[in-house]
Amino acid sequence: MASIPPSRRRFLALSGLTALSVSMAAACGVDDSGGKPGADGKVTFAWWNIATTEPGKSLFPEISSAFMSDHPNIAIKTTSLENEAFKSKLTATTSSGKLPDVFQTWGGGVLQQQVDAGLVEDLTDVFDWSSDLTPVSLQAYQLGGRTYGVPYDIGMVGFWYNKKLFAKAGITTPPATWAELLDDVRKLKAAGVTPIALAGKEKWPGHYYWAYLAMRVAGLPALQEAATTKDFTGAGFVQAGVHLKELVDLQPFQAAFLGAGYATPGGQAATMGNGKAAMELMGQWGPSVQKDAGADLGADLGFFPFPTVDGGAGRATEVFGGGGGFALRKGAPKEALDFLKFLVLENESKLLASNGYLPVVKGAESQLTDANRKVVADSLVKATGFQLFLDQAYPPAVGQEVNDSVADLIAGKKTPEQVTESITEAAKGA
Amino acid sequence: MPSSVSTETEERTEDAAPVPVHPPAPARSLLRRWGSWASVAWFLVPALVLFLVFVLAPIVVAVYTGFFKWGGIGPMDDFVGFANYTRLFDDQVFLGDLGRGLYLIVLSITVQLPFALFTAVLLNQRLRGRAVYRMLFFAPYILSEVVTAVLFTMIFLPGDGMADHLVGLLGLEGLQGRWFADPSTVMPTLFVVMIWKYFGFHMMLFLAGLQGIPGEILEAASIDGAGAWQRFRHVTLPLLGPTIRISVFLSVIGSIQLFDLVWVMTAGGPNHSSETMAISMFQFGFKRYQVGYASAISVVLFMISLVFSLFYQRYVLRRDLSGAVTAGGGR
Repeated sequence: MASIPPSRRRFLALSGLTALSVSMAAACGVDDSGGKPGADGKVTFAWWNIATTEPGKSLFPEISSAFMSDHPNIAIKTTSLENEAFKSKLTATTSSGKLPDVFQTWGGGVLQQQVDAGLVEDLTDVFDWSSDLTPVSLQAYQLGGRTYGVPYDIGMVGFWYNKKLFAKAGITTPPATWAELLDDVRKLKAAGVTPIALAGKEKWPGHYYWAYLAMRVAGLPALQEAATTKDFTGAGFVQAGVHLKELVDLQPFQAAFLGAGYATPGGQAATMGNGKAAMELMGQWGPSVQKDAGADLGADLGFFPFPTVDGGAGRATEVFGGGGGFALRKGAPKEALDFLKFLVLENESKLLASNGYLPVVKGAESQLTDANRKVVADSLVKATGFQLFLDQAYPPAVGQEVNDSVADLIAGKKTPEQVTESITEAAKGA
Repeated sequence: MPSSVSTETEERTEDAAPVPVHPPAPARSLLRRWGSWASVAWFLVPALVLFLVFVLAPIVVAVYTGFFKWGGIGPMDDFVGFANYTRLFDDQVFLGDLGRGLYLIVLSITVQLPFALFTAVLLNQRLRGRAVYRMLFFAPYILSEVVTAVLFTMIFLPGDGMADHLVGLLGLEGLQGRWFADPSTVMPTLFVVMIWKYFGFHMMLFLAGLQGIPGEILEAASIDGAGAWQRFRHVTLPLLGPTIRISVFLSVIGSIQLFDLVWVMTAGGPNHSSETMAISMFQFGFKRYQVGYASAISVVLFMISLVFSLFYQRYVLRRDLSGAVTAGGGR
């Protein structure tokens, strides 16, 4: 022992200091999420998607690998998060002001807030292939005449119905007007069939009724106008609630629907899939969730658009729905848009063949094989107007208030007038 | 092993070298004491940094955010003072949250704890297979909240659930399909799940307390002619006091902060009738993006917990926690 070793205390002090400084350095380390070409000319960008279930779970990585092998200078760092986890994480990331380069978006109110905060890239001038996509699919990402997102999926809500149960109640053609629908509900009840499955616990499936009724009674322009004037107390909106109340008063929903989830065991989709209810108002994903949660109704399953209301301003070809798209962080590398072009334009047939998405590219609907998807896609092609899901179109606080208030209306806790007042109050406060 | 022996002696001599033969001078001992304080402080730094960054800083930020109207995006520049708080105490759902919190606290103390005490006393007897019973009753506590919640969602499933079958057999068809779906039954149902989940934990606490009661005292009591009830009432119960007080404390704090069970089973519904403060906070913060308002809720939740803990420790746990900060100097 020629050299004097450090005393034990000093050794511990030193090691403590080292550990601390290492952890501090890690904590303060800058997150280099890419965007700039590295020293070797390689462009790296981050891609956040919600493809945690099939078919996207295997399809998305397959497409990004194909893109990277075509472009050896580009590296994509993919993060896949479950839907709700994604929303929470994106909220946290957004408040820090640093979005990932390419991220999942549903357009509408949330995207508008991100745009207002100056966090999202304006794609209007570089997105030169937008004319290849259907106008309906782009609408959610067009805010104030500028385009901020690229759609990869689009869908709509309508009534999925059990043809067998309709026949049992003696109904031959699906209802075209609200009055006919109410009549059919009475017939179904008389035949001992639960007319409608509804997930009362989750609130968003209930808001479809009020939103569609508002579209049919007050009309699309009124919904868009209300978003800017922040006034939802117009007669058309009250009338929408009154019509919904007519339906609720018939007690058309399954027993204990207020506690029912959507995709959970015993929930709305399972009730519908197991043939315990005659119809549900749901998006294009309805049949596949029925299959997962209950059983596949197969050829017994049919689709009809939301009925019109006599004397209302809306038409049956105006659709209510939403899809999925990707937006770019302000200052994201331009290669990211090339990737989206590759994903959407060149892989559309792959996306459609996977039976998980609906066409956003013009004319691609002819590639669909599944009957249920075809009928939805055809309705979308024929659509004369489009309204994004209200809980996405409006700022989140307003959208959630619509869900909450309509749930209260369905449970008999609020009058149609009170619903419009609550929504207006939330809109003015948001 | 000559080499190891030699190093050992070397170390020993090295350690032994600075030990003074005479008692140290006072100044030097003070210096030493300062030195040891410094090293204590040094070892505390990592824990303190974590505590500051992950506990104190978030509290400060939440209080600060609570004074703003802020959507979680962009600059926080809309200072509203106490507006979030006045809105809070005007909000029927939030006032309901407070009421429901109180409901759960009262039921926990009046139903769950006596029940846990009863089973603990029972399983403290010489009983065939008592270890098995103890394990069975404690097992639910080990399950995660989410697993429990999913399990009971299935049990209370309308139509096909076990609960519906059971009440059907008992001839109580009126209860079928209600459970979580009816605003008037959702809270009692929720409480049943809470008892199932947590009573085993309190039972374990009581069992541990019972083990600490010396058999001689109970024996002396019975020699003096005390019956079973008198022994329980006048010997066991007073000696179990510290355990009961801790149990009450944990029940109250647990009820105030209840989130995961409710979130998975009912999400606060139907129509807010099972919503708790923590659920309201989550709804506003992560669903409506009203982060300022949600922060105000979290501050109130925190204040209620803090004030309760301080008062409880100061006045109720005083004897049990001698030396605690809240003991007010007296021991």
